[in-house]
Amino acid sequence: MSESRAAKGTHEVHEAHAHPGFVRTYIFSTDHKMIGRQFLFMGLFMLIIGGLMAMLIRWELAFPEKPLPIIGASKEFIDTGEPKTSMDQTWAEWLSKPESEQNWLTKNMPMGAITAPLYNSLFTMHATLMIFFVVMPIMVGGFGNFLIPLTIGARDMAFPTLNMLSFWVGLLSGIIMLASLFVPGGPAAAGWTSYAPLTAKVEYTGVNWGQNLWCISLIVMGISSLMGSINYITTIINMRAPGMTFFRMPLITWSLFITAILLLLALPVLTSALAMLLFDRMLGTHFFLPEGGGEPILWQHLFWFFGHPEVYILVLPAMGVTSEVLSVFSRKPIFGYRGMVFAMTAIAFLSWVVWGHHMFVSGMNPLIGATFMMTTMVIAVPSAIKTFNWLGTLWGGSIRFTTPMLFGLAFVSNFVIGGLSGIFMASTPVDIFIHDTYYIVAHFHYVVAGIIFAIFAAITYWFPKMFGRMMNETLGKIHAILTFIFFNATFFPMHILGVGGHMRRIFNPMQYEFLHPLQPINVFISISAFCLGAVQLIFLFNFIWSLFAGKRADRNPWHANTLEWTTPSPPPHGNFDKIPTVYRGPYEYSSPEVAEDWLPQDRRLETTTAKGAH
Amino acid sequence: MRMLNWLPEDVSTYGKEVDSLFYLIYYITGIVFLLVTVAMIVFLIKYRYQEGRRAIYTHGSTTLEIIWTAIPAIILILLAFKSQAAWSHIKMNIPPGEVQIRVLAKQFNWDITYPGPDGKFGTEDDLPRPGDPAILDEIHVPVNKVVRVELVGKDVIHSFFLPHLRLKQDVLPGRTILAWFQATKPGRYPLPCAELCGIGHSGMLGSLIVHTPEEYAAWVKEKWPSTEKAQ
Ligand code: HEM
Ligand SMILES: [Cu+2]
Ligand SMILES: [Cu+2]
Repeated sequence: MSESRAAKGTHEVHEAHAHPGFVRTYIFSTDHKMIGRQFLFMGLFMLIIGGLMAMLIRWELAFPEKPLPIIGASKEFIDTGEPKTSMDQTWAEWLSKPESEQNWLTKNMPMGAITAPLYNSLFTMHATLMIFFVVMPIMVGGFGNFLIPLTIGARDMAFPTLNMLSFWVGLLSGIIMLASLFVPGGPAAAGWTSYAPLTAKVEYTGVNWGQNLWCISLIVMGISSLMGSINYITTIINMRAPGMTFFRMPLITWSLFITAILLLLALPVLTSALAMLLFDRMLGTHFFLPEGGGEPILWQHLFWFFGHPEVYILVLPAMGVTSEVLSVFSRKPIFGYRGMVFAMTAIAFLSWVVWGHHMFVSGMNPLIGATFMMTTMVIAVPSAIKTFNWLGTLWGGSIRFTTPMLFGLAFVSNFVIGGLSGIFMASTPVDIFIHDTYYIVAHFHYVVAGIIFAIFAAITYWFPKMFGRMMNETLGKIHAILTFIFFNATFFPMHILGVGGHMRRIFNPMQYEFLHPLQPINVFISISAFCLGAVQLIFLFNFIWSLFAGKRADRNPWHANTLEWTTPSPPPHGNFDKIPTVYRGPYEYSSPEVAEDWLPQDRRLETTTAKGAH
Repeated sequence: MRMLNWLPEDVSTYGKEVDSLFYLIYYITGIVFLLVTVAMIVFLIKYRYQEGRRAIYTHGSTTLEIIWTAIPAIILILLAFKSQAAWSHIKMNIPPGEVQIRVLAKQFNWDITYPGPDGKFGTEDDLPRPGDPAILDEIHVPVNKVVRVELVGKDVIHSFFLPHLRLKQDVLPGRTILAWFQATKPGRYPLPCAELCGIGHSGMLGSLIVHTPEEYAAWVKEKWPSTEKAQ
């Protein structure tokens, strides 16, 4: 299909269906913008649940085996059996019931104290939700959907119905995952990595349907992202507006394009592995169980063969968002646009050959470990290029400290820490010591949880386009600064814990005498984490308030160049008044050709033609 | 300057190799971090929006980009080569060992077997003797001797972690994996499990007891009274 024909075709179709009804507009919508918003809301909802789980994990680590505040029983009651508070009364009543009538709380946290099985479930579900149901839906599902057609000048995705299905299948997988919290035996409790053989047999964890549903949910999620990624790739290849060559696409669109390709190739590997695991659990096969001739580290190879590209699936769109806001608010072209594209492409290729760095001490032949160390060192290079190019973009700019800019800068500085801490783990001998310690937890939160900053940057930057209103800048800035401070107070000290030898995934650090001196750090981290959680209320308030009462946004409130800003805010069904023609790259800020400091991609300059004629 | 006082005391011969690499990377990344952060802060202050000043219009510089691609690439590759020496020493060339032990990891204990004076497993002088209770969670070794550990797995994956000896090795069910260490200082050191292995993972903890030569001889004598010369 030629570009112009595709654009024209969708144009006509959409004119014909100008006013779909309520259900078609808000629920079973095939409009990429509504689907994007749906993914965004789903992700934000899951962020709240995943975040609350993190708070419970942190409570347990700072105050091991102590009942939670408010819902927990008092110390007197636990010591003496004499109910003191009204909550004590409730616990006494609940616990006196027969086994069959016990509720979820008495089974999982008697007296309001987190138990070891619950703890294992909490970190498993926290991570699963954050990765598969927060970052992926928001970045790829939400902003991917919303931005791809808008930034390339298309009226919708190539396959709008498939797109709608992708959301509903994604939602179904989220519901299955949440449902697994309530099945007998509890939810999955073997970490988000679900290492076999621990997961391959029910007896090993005591979790039955929880783990099965975990697998099923992720298989369903794989179907959803498959539909999404096919759609994104097709749309970007076929439906770019006239003049929108690949090298005139904004970096966010590039990042989503590369992410979609990684998704298309990586997710099926996870799906196969999950199917094998389910067979081991339910049909008696022995893919991962050595007693039947299975291979105990096969799961790890499959999981990380998916898992490492997955990390880049999460982080590439975040890099894309950062590039947009840094350029717009420095009022400067992005430094080394092509270098940025090549760096992302290099990351995409290299991400397939580094998975073994998760397995240096797994029992895999150490000789292969040496190879993986080399590839891992090499993949750090394109990440360094990106960072330096961001710095280059700031250099000589005219920097506006808006809320999205603050979040973009925060993402860069966290990414620097996360990238540098990764070099320690790439060095195999050092990894012997820090593998599976809190050092790892610190590292990946700087990278993956750091994506939250890019998510906030994206939400605050595109909010006017998505919802037609501005968010409050003062609240936004307060939220950005406090989040940055508490994020670092929470995650930086985890490096120190890890260097001190503190293992990850342990329920009670006080069981280890050599960790006692580190316990004050755990308390400090937890208090910072609670503050980090609390300041998110500012965002929640700002988001909801602005949805209804924010100042109306005009088309281009940030004076940005990319095509989405030429549409009304929010864009109507069909997006563009008229399909734009693109004359230049996306980052022509402060160009000497015009008096203003921005130059939209679709503005035709008479002077250029005139100059050409002379 | 060293956040490194946080590392647990190092009591193994190859610990220094691990720690020196750690310090090396710490200084390299520390410098890069400072440079990047300072540059960023300076740019943010110097190039903040000011009335009447326009941003510099540039699309980048290929020379600069080549420089900042090449320098990290060279540093990282050198680092990989430097790391490889320690890695092959620790993990790839397992020495024969002057003392042997076998550790069976299972939910949620370390089950220890000693080969006895003949140094061979599966013979009569193994400890525990047939019918004796298992020896759980305590490993006795002499100081300054190369100890070779056979790691055997039973149910799920566990990870044999001796933080003070800078040794970590996952234990796989149905396989025997070899590891080694040489302790340089007598004492009692924790042996936690570092890989999530189920409900009892937290608290799956043993100890490594490193004896002085005299203590060790006494311990051997106590366990194998009939033999004069233990190893
Ligand atoms: C509110 C901020 C957050 C806090 C306080 C927090 C805290 C924690 C804690 C304490 C753990 C358990 C570590 C362990 O014992 O092994 C954990 C695990 C994890 N978190 Fe977070 N987290 C936060 C946000 C996030 C986000 C946004 C993501 C991803 C996008 C994320 C991804 C993960 C992953 C992948 C794990 C590993 C779980 C496992 O070991 O299987 N976290 N987090
Ligand atoms: Cu990886
Ligand atoms: Cu364990």
